[in-house]
Amino acid sequence: MVATEEEALSADVSARVRRLRARAHRRELVRLPLTALGAGWRRADPGGRTRRAWDGLPRPGRWALAAAAVVGIYILPNFHPPVINTPGSDFASVLFFPIGIYVLAALGLNVVVGFAGLLDLGYVAFVAIGAYTMALLGTRVHWNFWVILPFGILFAAVSGLLLGAPTLRLRGDYLAIVTLGFGEIIHNTANNLNSIGGPRGISNIPHPPSINTPFAHLRYVILDPKPYYWLVVTFIILVVLAVRRLERSRVGRAWTAIREDEDAAELMGVPTFKFKLWAFAIGASVGGLAGVLFASKVISITPDNFVFEFSILFLAAVVLGGSGNQAGVILGAVVVGYLPERFRSFESTRYLWFGAVLVVMMIFRPQGLLPAKRREAEMRDTTKPGGAMTGSLGAEVYGEDEFEAEDA
Amino acid sequence: MHFAGLYHQFFSLTFDGVNIGAIYGLIALGYTLVYGVLRLINFAHSEIFMIGTFFALFATRWMGIPATAAPHTGIAVALIFVGAGLVAAAASGTAAVVLERIAYRPLRRRGASRLAALISAIGASLFLQELFAYWQGRDFIPFPRIARKAHLATVLRADVRSDKVIIIVTAVVMMILLDRFVGLTRLGRGIRAVAQDAETAALMGVDIDRVVTTTFLIGGLMAGVAGLLFMLYYENTVFNVGFLPGIKAFTAAVLGGIGNIRGALLGGILLGLLENYGGALFGAQWKDICAFVVLVAVLMFRPTGLLGESLGRARV
Repeated sequence: MVATEEEALSADVSARVRRLRARAHRRELVRLPLTALGAGWRRADPGGRTRRAWDGLPRPGRWALAAAAVVGIYILPNFHPPVINTPGSDFASVLFFPIGIYVLAALGLNVVVGFAGLLDLGYVAFVAIGAYTMALLGTRVHWNFWVILPFGILFAAVSGLLLGAPTLRLRGDYLAIVTLGFGEIIHNTANNLNSIGGPRGISNIPHPPSINTPFAHLRYVILDPKPYYWLVVTFIILVVLAVRRLERSRVGRAWTAIREDEDAAELMGVPTFKFKLWAFAIGASVGGLAGVLFASKVISITPDNFVFEFSILFLAAVVLGGSGNQAGVILGAVVVGYLPERFRSFESTRYLWFGAVLVVMMIFRPQGLLPAKRREAEMRDTTKPGGAMTGSLGAEVYGEDEFEAEDA
Repeated sequence: MHFAGLYHQFFSLTFDGVNIGAIYGLIALGYTLVYGVLRLINFAHSEIFMIGTFFALFATRWMGIPATAAPHTGIAVALIFVGAGLVAAAASGTAAVVLERIAYRPLRRRGASRLAALISAIGASLFLQELFAYWQGRDFIPFPRIARKAHLATVLRADVRSDKVIIIVTAVVMMILLDRFVGLTRLGRGIRAVAQDAETAALMGVDIDRVVTTTFLIGGLMAGVAGLLFMLYYENTVFNVGFLPGIKAFTAAVLGGIGNIRGALLGGILLGLLENYGGALFGAQWKDICAFVVLVAVLMFRPTGLLGESLGRARV
């Protein structure tokens, strides 16, 4: 029998449909386990649950819980908790570095990336400036830690201004690459200048002087990391409180406006350049603080303590935890600092797994572990222009992306 | 400051600068194309290049050439060169496509922010580096000298050497081929269309996924060739060999105007020249700093690069 043209066409179409269905089915089989994993996580939604539980508490309850958490954090190094302990390295030391220092640095970077939406790939430079300030003033001028501390913060903030003033008119990826270049410039300069130790760095950096408190006699020596840990926790708490006040002030609202839409913010009368510069300087000063603390503990620093990888780790901490939410950022930094230490027995492959975790994490939870409320709302908002239709990264995020590069 | 040194070696510095700049330019193409199409800094591209260097090395091993072998001559050189180039390009190209599939496409589907994509790229970069560190160790691995680094001529006091000529010629030929491809073929037109406006291009029937895959593939192929050329020049590789050339290639891409194919070559060569002159002037250890200072300066005065950012006209 000779099929009519129409029948042939319909047979052709149905064959194609079958083929497509089979292909979709095959794909689904591959994807199913991963999707289930992602969906399970999303349904469980630990971040959201934590937040709702927290929001549900009355104010005194919140305070009590926060106070208990703070006390718990302070006494943590006195124990060697069985599961979260770090076999292979001293738990209390790990709590100071990498964890404590990472948290501090990530909190500072969060001001730049999370609040103002400026991508900084050279943040470690500010940590290096703080650390070198501590090292140089401590070994050459023999000042006390507490005298140097404000200088370290100040120098880092000033370098933030110096970097920001010419470059903050750039947007998006250009700013990212310039900051990356700045990080490399600082690292290479420290490496090349023999007057500040060159590649050998600076050693014999003084420790902070001992402090007598009603609770304890804090002696800052090499062998006991606990007083350093308490010091860094105290500074973390101060930074969190200070930044939280900033975030909820006019400055914070200006940052949000800039992050959401810089042009609109400018048109509405927000002096965007000034506030971006502020974000840079504040972020940098927290980095400087982290650097000073780091240098005062480790006795000797070299330029290789401040390599590009750290900028990346700090950024990873911010994004992993939830850019723009301080609690999330702290969690992210703890994870980033802790995991490689915890799995030291996998010494040779731990960064391999870390890299893989970052990719998987971004696929299933790009907004981070504990996203900021506003960010989460943005993520849910699918009505924004450039929906999932085109499947192009650039187009999809066109409307909502805070790192939009400026039109030429 | 060694002005005398700069003066005396000017032409040989220029020649070397063009030489290394051509390699930067080839790597920069991968950044520039992907950025043009997806607005994404493909951070793992430096690792795609690293894979190219390793597979160029493996290719010589598969051809039975030990690292200490004496240089070959004549037709053997050409065969080895082409063979290693094909292997390196194939490996890098495959790696780039797989990378896009695993680390970027799922994010694209979910409409994740560009920052998330960047973090994913960083994760992939870390993963690939550590994978090669685990597999090949953390020490430099030597590459056999394929061709004698023969002195060909002395032009204006510059020592014209055979390997450098090969590098420059290969890089320029690849660049011209790519420029023709993007400018003249149907797929190239697709790339330009997506770069201009992805949504409209999709509505006009451009298969975006295919364009994106092609873009990554081309970038990978170029990085693979760059890997072979790099091996020809430096004759060793290591798991993190991609880092500095990667940043510099990105710098080159930005310098020339990101998304701009000709800009990538121009930016690469310019960067190679400037860092060589700077190195001669201030001392070799300041070479890298010169490159970054130039970048900052250029962006301050010409924020969209020298030739302007466009792939077609990327961002209007």
